[in-house]
Amino acid sequence: MSAFFSPFISKPDSVSAIMLKVLLALLPGIALYVWYFGPAILVSISLASITAVATEAAMLKLRNRPIAPFLKDNSALLTGWLLALSIPPLAPWWLVVVGTAFSIAIAKHLYGGLGNNPFNPAMIGYAVLIVSFPVQMTHWIGPHGLGEVELSFLQQLQYIFSSVLPEGIKFDAVTMATPLDTLKTQLHLALPVSEILTQPIFGRLAGHGSEMVAVGFLIGGLYLLATRIISWHLPVAYLGTLFAIAGIFHLVDPTHYVEPLFHWFSGAAMLGAFFILTDPISSPTTHKGKLIFAAGAGLITYLIRVYGAFPDGMAFATLLMNICVPLIDAYTQPKVFGKKEGKS
Amino acid sequence: MSMLHKFHGGVHPPTHKEQSTRTAIATLPIPAKLVIPFHQHVGNIAKPLVQVGDYVLKGQLIGMPEDGISSAIHASTSGTISEIGMQVVAHASGLPDLCATLLPDGKDEWIPKTGMDFRSAAAADVRQVLRLAGVVGLGGAVFPSDLKLRAGKHKVKTLVLNGAECEPYITCDDMLMRERADEIIKGAEIMRWALEAEQVLVGIEDNKPQAIAAMEQAALASTDDIKVVAVPTLYPGGGAKQLIRVLTGIEVAAGVRSTEKGVQCFNVATAQAIYRAVQFGEPLVSRIVTITGNVREPQNLEVLIGTTVQDVVDYAGSLPDTDGYIMGGPMMGLPLPGATVSIVKAANCIIASSPKIFPAPPPAMPCIRCTRCAEVCPAELQPQDLYWFAKSKEFGKAQEFSLFDCIECGACSYVCPSHIPLVQYYRFAKSEIWSRESEKNSADAARDRFEFREYRIEREKQEKAEKLAAKEKAAAEAKLAAAKLAEAQAATSVTPPPMTEAQAKIQAAIEQAKLQAAAVKPKNTEQLTPQQLAEIAEIEARRAHIHELASTDTEPPNGHDKNQ
Repeated sequence: MSAFFSPFISKPDSVSAIMLKVLLALLPGIALYVWYFGPAILVSISLASITAVATEAAMLKLRNRPIAPFLKDNSALLTGWLLALSIPPLAPWWLVVVGTAFSIAIAKHLYGGLGNNPFNPAMIGYAVLIVSFPVQMTHWIGPHGLGEVELSFLQQLQYIFSSVLPEGIKFDAVTMATPLDTLKTQLHLALPVSEILTQPIFGRLAGHGSEMVAVGFLIGGLYLLATRIISWHLPVAYLGTLFAIAGIFHLVDPTHYVEPLFHWFSGAAMLGAFFILTDPISSPTTHKGKLIFAAGAGLITYLIRVYGAFPDGMAFATLLMNICVPLIDAYTQPKVFGKKEGKS
Repeated sequence: MSMLHKFHGGVHPPTHKEQSTRTAIATLPIPAKLVIPFHQHVGNIAKPLVQVGDYVLKGQLIGMPEDGISSAIHASTSGTISEIGMQVVAHASGLPDLCATLLPDGKDEWIPKTGMDFRSAAAADVRQVLRLAGVVGLGGAVFPSDLKLRAGKHKVKTLVLNGAECEPYITCDDMLMRERADEIIKGAEIMRWALEAEQVLVGIEDNKPQAIAAMEQAALASTDDIKVVAVPTLYPGGGAKQLIRVLTGIEVAAGVRSTEKGVQCFNVATAQAIYRAVQFGEPLVSRIVTITGNVREPQNLEVLIGTTVQDVVDYAGSLPDTDGYIMGGPMMGLPLPGATVSIVKAANCIIASSPKIFPAPPPAMPCIRCTRCAEVCPAELQPQDLYWFAKSKEFGKAQEFSLFDCIECGACSYVCPSHIPLVQYYRFAKSEIWSRESEKNSADAARDRFEFREYRIEREKQEKAEKLAAKEKAAAEAKLAAAKLAEAQAATSVTPPPMTEAQAKIQAAIEQAKLQAAAVKPKNTEQLTPQQLAEIAEIEARRAHIHELASTDTEPPNGHDKNQ
């Protein structure tokens, strides 16, 4: 007999299968990213993947852990992908490498490895990069047809790896501010929302192109919900809170506050709602706790976007709420069978 | 039709029930040897009444129930007692227990049997008959049925018959309901009568349509209010608490008796055994056993108690790659120490295992807090937290998080994507808490003894002093009247107030120590049910293994690096 105690059977499931499904769920968003913004993002994802796996293996070796079973769990890969999707595709190669290595080595393994990290490793990586290398973190490119100059894939590769642009092309002509950034700076110039949104960078709901990437992540997220990889509590509470608070501000003052759907489909909201907040290790375990956690993240995201120093607030919202997880869990313990009041 | 309720969680493991329900229940021929343990029930071991060489008849009492919680043991067929001694039995501990070895003479000759008309008897007499017939819960809990049939201080409104049989592979109740539904219903009538219950609800999982039909048919013939209810197939829907919840909506918390909530629950096979015992005076000498898994012909057999597992397996046709046997189902069953152990009253199913049927689980990975375990936990616990506390030996925290409400159904382990043997961690934590508890109790007892000894020495000193004083007093009296004043002085000096004060102090200290001891006792290890006490013994045996397990885990027990 294989096991010495019951139960002798188990459901055919594994951590690596779960992580693989999450990776798969990212594919629609990535495909739309490539469609609208070109293949540079694939370079970042590849760099992040290689760095993540190499760092994971090195850390496991240093910690005297079995390497093969943990490399097969796909969790490092997922961290790498999420970080790569959060930073500008034209960022220099070392930015992705440094961020990913930090995520895996410091944010994950120094806390005890898989299952023990209190913070979302990818968001730690993002926070380190945006604080340490703010300039490189603005190297966003515009969607096809909008930029003054569009680099070919080879030119992009050359820029990523050697920071060399083709002669006669200025850096500012290649990159472009993100929709959230554009909105923020132009609101500071006292332009009304309605006027700002007429610019070509904006699409139907939010940024042209980037809104479709968000739709891609939404599709992947619905797949995760349907396959019960994630529970509805986190995305619903996050998007619900973001919508509600954006809606209230928008209703009160539509000239200064953009409509709630803009917030849903801008920046990292969709990616965060379905792929970042839902990291089970760094989020609460109780249903009520998940609702509080995600609602808090939604609120903080909005406040950072509207009043904060950064154009997007997903990463900091996640990290700030990560801090609260032990407290949230402790105060939201559900009543056990037969011990619920008011029930016989 | 009553409204059904839901319990939280549950899982749908593959049932594997069809393979053992293809043929009718067959009777296993009398084997060459029976090994009958004297302890097949919860509570005290039965006292042997026979000696080596005795000739016994089928159904003859060979083990007398002891006082309190206990039950009787009988010869399962006629023959000669060849040995009384310790043998390895079907118990988690793997420890031997007292057994009678019976060599059947093949005549299968019954003792004279006399049935009774229960309706004209006293309920206490019926209970006595059941006690002496050795009827215990046949669903696996083996609690003496007579004790559960006492209409105590709580009014039992509903009698629940458990025919859910939610564990995969097991089909003995299914086949019994299909073939002997009328006997089960008649048993239910006796139980309803003894408990003075108003209604009987028979819960059967809806994957047993034939059993449901047969039971509905049989219930029609009864004048009692007996309802057969098809309940959704969902493991562990056959757990007593879960079935009561589904049928009545009542939640019976851990440590609470269902009778306090007006419900009593019995397995359907127990009902049938009660009927046979009361109506025909037949003690419990056989039971239906599912033999399945890695055998040629999985089926259900009527097996004499004491038949070895080997005999049962051989009848069904053993297969070469068999690597062990499980008593019970794959979710909660007990791995047997070998095929030499015998079928006991608790043995509802024997599964021959093979690497193909029960492949080795992949190595355990760290918990990723995915809470799939919490989603399926029928006790509505947070298994991921309990695991964490058990692993880090924070037993106080584990108790705070209701560790003792865990029914060890295994649903959490079943769904865990990290393949962590969660239930085993909970068994470990429970047994650690129990053993610390008993160590603490014995330490308390030792301290009490010491304090009493101190007190006794003090008291003896005091008594000596008093005696001395009395002597002096007598001497003083003997000195005659001369000085009455002096005598009075002597009397006051020999009843020294400081003595009584010291005595009171010691007494107060003892009282306070006792109060302190009572105050620090963890709540949910108090008032253990007999089943739990039996579990303690079982779990003790598994502790050794979990220690081993902890050392081979992919990470050290406290989650820190080995090289730190």
